[in-house]
Amino acid sequence: MHPALSVIFLTTLIGVGQGLFLALFTQQSYALFDLLPHQDARFYAWGSLLALVFTMAGLIASFFHLGRPERAWRSATQWRTSWLSREVIVLPAFMGILFLYGAAHLSGYDPVLLILPSGLSINATIMLGGMGTILAFALFVSTGMIYACLRFLQEWHSPLTVINFILLGSASGFTLATLYAAVFSPSQTGFFGGWALIITLMGLLGRSASLWRNARIRPKSTPQTAIGIKHPRIVQTAQGAMGGSFNTREFFHGKSASFLTVIKVIFLLLAFAVPLLSLTVNLTYPSVLLLAIAFVAQYAGLLAERWYFFAEARHPQNLYYQGVS
Amino acid sequence: MTQLALVIDLNVCVGCHACVTSCKEWNTSGSAGPLCDENPYGADPTGTFFNRVQTFEVGQYPNTETVHFPKSCLHCEDPPCVPVCPTGASYKRKEDGIVLVDYDKCIGCKYCSWACPYGAREIDEKQQVMKKCTLCVDRIYDTTLPESDRKPACVMACPTSARLFGDVHDPESVVSKAIRESAGYDLMPEWGTHPANHYLPRRKTNLKIHEDELERVDNPLKVDGKLPKPSKSDPTLDDVTSW
Repeated sequence: MHPALSVIFLTTLIGVGQGLFLALFTQQSYALFDLLPHQDARFYAWGSLLALVFTMAGLIASFFHLGRPERAWRSATQWRTSWLSREVIVLPAFMGILFLYGAAHLSGYDPVLLILPSGLSINATIMLGGMGTILAFALFVSTGMIYACLRFLQEWHSPLTVINFILLGSASGFTLATLYAAVFSPSQTGFFGGWALIITLMGLLGRSASLWRNARIRPKSTPQTAIGIKHPRIVQTAQGAMGGSFNTREFFHGKSASFLTVIKVIFLLLAFAVPLLSLTVNLTYPSVLLLAIAFVAQYAGLLAERWYFFAEARHPQNLYYQGVS
Repeated sequence: MTQLALVIDLNVCVGCHACVTSCKEWNTSGSAGPLCDENPYGADPTGTFFNRVQTFEVGQYPNTETVHFPKSCLHCEDPPCVPVCPTGASYKRKEDGIVLVDYDKCIGCKYCSWACPYGAREIDEKQQVMKKCTLCVDRIYDTTLPESDRKPACVMACPTSARLFGDVHDPESVVSKAIRESAGYDLMPEWGTHPANHYLPRRKTNLKIHEDELERVDNPLKVDGKLPKPSKSDPTLDDVTSW
């Protein structure tokens, strides 16, 4: 597939936003059970604003993918069948909850909504955070399923696709949360940094598993099934157009195999190796600069990872566009 | 239930591209607006087409065969492009099974083209909406045309009658008979899309002669001429009658 920049930015940016929100709410949940000190309301408020900025940027990027952005509202109608439509609904819903969560913290309007039998009081921000968590995961699943549901794109048609969207988005969000905490609440850096380490490591496992799987895929479609002629040697001599077409532009990345290998190495280094190293060093030698490097490297690495994700998917329609003589 | 479809006979297609030009001419002149071309007279021309004829070489020299392969939307009975559409612009008509795009609802997200394993959909780069074969839906029901002309433009244009048009759900239709009697097959059956369009394979007329047909079994000495008459007492071929 031809990697579209708009989609690369959309999926990575909202991933950071979702992950950052999940990180903040994880900390608040720990605080609810008195496992961690409850932070100043502004810590959660500005953090969720930052997450909102990332999701907003992702939303703006998504419009560049549309040929007719003025009709985008129509894309919320087919939620019964289309994962893309579901994403279109869940993304603004998540952003809305994110805004309310931040606003509730900032305004201090945080009434106790109910008291559990155990004596635990559930505040409005906890309720909003719970809803936000559900929506964040629903958004990860929707985004992942857009790709995983296409059964003939065998590289994508796997639970690993959804799992990796969850893990990689969360990893970048937790890394950003670590950096955010290092600046505004250094006492929490260890908590966020620890989780960022764990999730980045899990992301590395998940992505390696999909790389391993995709390297071993035997394509179900062949030139033989594409044109229905049983002969081991079928060579295309004409495509029906000599100047190229939508089919030759949209479904080919147009890069060499060695370029793909370079991108793979780059994303493995930037998205995993550099942040893992920086986060580990940060545990003993806390440094804001180190965490900034970790986040920027991881985000850049995820851009490369997403590019590779699209490029590695081999669309069966390409069998009809093998060459011209 | 009706399922209109094309049946394309690869045995007769000569690769003349008449279906391509006829399709383009009809569909670029309709009320739905042009099928835009970019740079049509420049160095790198490109454009929107519903139908393309491709050519494949099958076999190893000197035993090669050139196969011309017309390719358009197959109007799948289970179209993977329809459920993924976020706006409902892509739909399959209940009454005749034609898969269509509502150009006024399409947002140009290209997701349907990703969901089509055949690459049958092309975005119109100028109008930024997805386009595909409509089976000339604006022609086949047009009662102002003589009945014999109510067929897709590609079918009308084909000089060798390699393209048949009809209802594949009616067992007595021309297309159903062609599929049944001439081994019609569908493309990429592995994805379960059940394309309505079918292709008829290349067919060769072979005369199969067995060796015992070249040589009379009752002439082991290879002597031409009449066989000697057996004597009246000898048993004959059927052991019953005698000469």
